[in-house]
Amino acid sequence: MAVEKMSIAKALNESLRKAMDTDPKVLIMGEDVGKLGGVFRITDGLQKDFGEERVIDTPLAESGIVGTAIGLALRGYRPVVEIQFDGFVFPAYDQIVTQLAKMHARALGKIKLPVVVRIPYGGAIGAVEHHSESPETLFAHVAGLKVVSPSNASDAYWMLQQAILSDDPVIFFEPKRRYWDKGEVDTDAIPGELHKARVVREGADLTLAAYGPMVKVCLEAAAAAAEEGKSVEVLDLRSMSPIDFDGIQASVEKTRRLVVVHEAPVFLGTGSEIAARITERCFYHLEAPVLRVGGFHAPYPPARLEDEYLPGLDRVLDAVDRSLAF
Amino acid sequence: MTVESTAARKPRRSSGTKRAAGAASARKTAAATAQPHDAEPQLVQLLTPEGERVEVDSHPEVAEFAAFVADVTTEDLRGLYRDMVLTRRFDGEATALQRQGELGLWASLLGQEAAQIGSGRALRDDDYVFPTYREHGVAWCRGVDPTNLLGMFRGVNHGGWDPNTNNFHLYTIVIGSQTLHATGYAMGVAKDGADSAVIAYFGDGASSQGDVMEAFNFSAVYNSPVVFFCQNNQWAISEPTERQMRVPLYQRAQGFGFPGIRVDGNDVLACLAVTRWALDRARRGEGPALIEAFTYRMGAHTTSDDPTKYRADEETAAWEAKDPILRLKAHLLASGGADEAFFEELEAESEALGKRVREVVRAMPDPDTMAIFENVYADGHALVDEERAQFAAYLASFEPAEEGH
Repeated sequence: MAVEKMSIAKALNESLRKAMDTDPKVLIMGEDVGKLGGVFRITDGLQKDFGEERVIDTPLAESGIVGTAIGLALRGYRPVVEIQFDGFVFPAYDQIVTQLAKMHARALGKIKLPVVVRIPYGGAIGAVEHHSESPETLFAHVAGLKVVSPSNASDAYWMLQQAILSDDPVIFFEPKRRYWDKGEVDTDAIPGELHKARVVREGADLTLAAYGPMVKVCLEAAAAAAEEGKSVEVLDLRSMSPIDFDGIQASVEKTRRLVVVHEAPVFLGTGSEIAARITERCFYHLEAPVLRVGGFHAPYPPARLEDEYLPGLDRVLDAVDRSLAF
Repeated sequence: MTVESTAARKPRRSSGTKRAAGAASARKTAAATAQPHDAEPQLVQLLTPEGERVEVDSHPEVAEFAAFVADVTTEDLRGLYRDMVLTRRFDGEATALQRQGELGLWASLLGQEAAQIGSGRALRDDDYVFPTYREHGVAWCRGVDPTNLLGMFRGVNHGGWDPNTNNFHLYTIVIGSQTLHATGYAMGVAKDGADSAVIAYFGDGASSQGDVMEAFNFSAVYNSPVVFFCQNNQWAISEPTERQMRVPLYQRAQGFGFPGIRVDGNDVLACLAVTRWALDRARRGEGPALIEAFTYRMGAHTTSDDPTKYRADEETAAWEAKDPILRLKAHLLASGGADEAFFEELEAESEALGKRVREVVRAMPDPDTMAIFENVYADGHALVDEERAQFAAYLASFEPAEEGH
């Protein structure tokens, strides 16, 4: 059966399995990815089926994981590395930014670095510090990297395979609070383009643009707004580098209002870039300034405060109201 | 006989009783001095600073390594000499070109020719090299046209050559990063079932970087066929080795579970021997090894610094007496391995190389402006496409309008 209902976690697992089945050069590397199947079990059962040579438990050293993955890619492999949690990626940041992102350009295109760095990211799981962050902008700012995040099981399944097939390094952010959300996955479908935004709910009065964990919140906000007679369109951006500005522009030219929502801090975040570019592109279409809803310019708070920190239904609806009031 | 003071001794080994004996020996050395790294280095040496071959009979501890160069003929020795002379000439030419404003920066290898040529000539074509930004001699051994190395220092590219043409990776500026790439590549070699090996070059300064420790550990854990070749040239810009380590560098390998060895880095024959030894082990599946080539950077770290500000003239003079090129020349002359005609021919070849380097660098064109946008991504990127088009339009706006407009 081609269409199956599964969780995002299961979809990612199936996606990895298919990629490894298809291409013997695909490897999985990371801490606890073998017998344990990863702390979120995304790689569950893969070592059993593909062996320790292809599903590689590594020493606890993020720079080492990414640095050796670069070497394996230079040898012709396609490593998919798992960083256990968002806040742990920083020891590897040097390797990702100074090496992985730039090597293709430095070699004048003669070598390719098809490395995928999977990072479970974002909050709302009640974790301790460094387990709930959203550092996507720090990667999107770096030329040479592509940065994507699925919001549902179908995208999780297809986008991960597309990321593995890409000859560019891809930072693949997985919305960890949505791992257990289920959705339909058509494993025979022809997937859309990896970096295209998608309208997930049609609307006429305002566009909510989000990605990863915030898409669901925005869909709930759109449903609530509909009860008040407001027609809100929801756009799943899916990719933060590149950003599908054409897709956003098309939606904004229709609705004339845009609110961008993400968990990451608002300051210099993805929403800031979108606000600036959409203002340039759609100045005469806009009925209101582009608004942003997201995290504060503060360390991610202790878990008991994360509901206040993270954009929820009410903060999104407040921004919708403010936009419509212009 | 002066061999005694710099006598080659058995390196520390990581297995069995030899390790215990080695550890005892290391303690004895450490006890003799306040700073273990100040101690007269215990290093493998096959050619003394005076150009005399170390007699295996009187120094049986070097027999294992001497065996690895038993096949080296007089002609081979002349070849090694030629490599060192031409590399030094190229390096000197690049330094001069920097002074003339043709290069933005140059990292000279002056003094390290033996370490680089000895190790570089130990490699097979199918081995893979991960250099720092100073491995001009290794690049020479790999057949990389030396003028290719100058592009990044002139500012026309960040590397530019195809690493897979000569199995010589791009120069790496971030200190120590390439040791992990080498380790990963070696993991791939092992997965492929190939018997080639990988060599990672780095310096004493890089040995303080976490990436180097991680590379040691990954390579040990996965038993990867990688040789770590550290050129301990005594200085990391202005910081002496005392600021990098408390124990001799080669001893670190033992803590990671593979052998470390210190070699006279100014002895091209010894460098060839120990690198062959380490590569052989790697090929046989015996995993990584660390070679510490004890040498000296005769010039500045790069053309940007001034070594007279941070090190004593006496120190430099003492190392000049160990010059790797003079050492082999003395040997060739004393042994009748080369005559004056050889040296004259080489001098002419050296002149020609210098001339070619000057001409190629001065003729090196600036890259096309639009190269900024090239090869940022393999699969393309919408933002890069957009900015490329915008910038092209902006540049086109400066072009003179056609007549009649």
